[in-house]
Amino acid sequence: MSALVAAATPTTTWYLVLAAVLFGIGTVGVLVRRNPLVMFMCIELMLNAVNLSFVALAKRLGDIGGQTTVFFVMVVAAAEVVVGLGIIVSIMRKRPGANVDDISALKG
Amino acid sequence: MELVVFVLAAAMILVGGLGVVLRSHPVHAALSLILTLFGVAVMFVAQEAHFLAAVQVIVYAGAIVVLFLFVIMLLGVDRTEDIKTEPFKVQRPLAIIVGLGVIGLVTAAVVASRDVVATRGSGIAEPAMTDPDSNIRQLSRSVFGDYVVAFEVTSVLLVVAVVGTVLLTRKVKSTSKESQ
Repeated sequence: MSALVAAATPTTTWYLVLAAVLFGIGTVGVLVRRNPLVMFMCIELMLNAVNLSFVALAKRLGDIGGQTTVFFVMVVAAAEVVVGLGIIVSIMRKRPGANVDDISALKG
Repeated sequence: MELVVFVLAAAMILVGGLGVVLRSHPVHAALSLILTLFGVAVMFVAQEAHFLAAVQVIVYAGAIVVLFLFVIMLLGVDRTEDIKTEPFKVQRPLAIIVGLGVIGLVTAAVVASRDVVATRGSGIAEPAMTDPDSNIRQLSRSVFGDYVVAFEVTSVLLVVAVVGTVLLTRKVKSTSKESQ
């Protein structure tokens, strides 16, 4: 049993598969949920899955550029959340309790 | 030991991710998101990305999720929504099929290319005990050396995002007075 545990050290492939599963969960969330806030959270899940695979490959391939990319992805994610939540606030002020089906027409 | 860390962090990530999708209360979904983000931070530490783990906790769990919670409270949508009813009957099975397809295809690609991944490179220089700052030093050389132009452009991006958000959410008082 201890030999089995010692043999099963997590490799890069494990991390990449976990990132794929997290990305799939985020995809299903974006497709299924109707609340725009929760859809944004699911997009954050997908971004984090990609960040995880970047970091795993950066370690495996010996290239710090992967971690630099994750740094920039985080900056872009922060900007995206700020702008997206601003849009959601301005829409929700006009029509409280709207879900994404109500606001699909793209007109005020 | 590494296996235990991986299993625990993976459980955090998957439980949190499923919580975001399945919990009907937006606040519960945001708290599940925090669980996932902490799990990813643990994975970053396990993968020698110490600076990114700190940034993950500070920026994501500290700033972005708090912003989400602010907006949830501000809009007053902090009530349970009905996720049992579904306007389009076919949407949910299709979404699950798409999700499983994404997972299956990416996993197949990863498993098929695992020999390539395993043979290339020698890994990032281990920080170990001799030089605990080596990750931050490597990353800063990369950000402020090779990618310094991109780093400067991100500052422009952040300014544009802040100004745009202020303009978007500003209440237009002057025009309503003029119209009266």
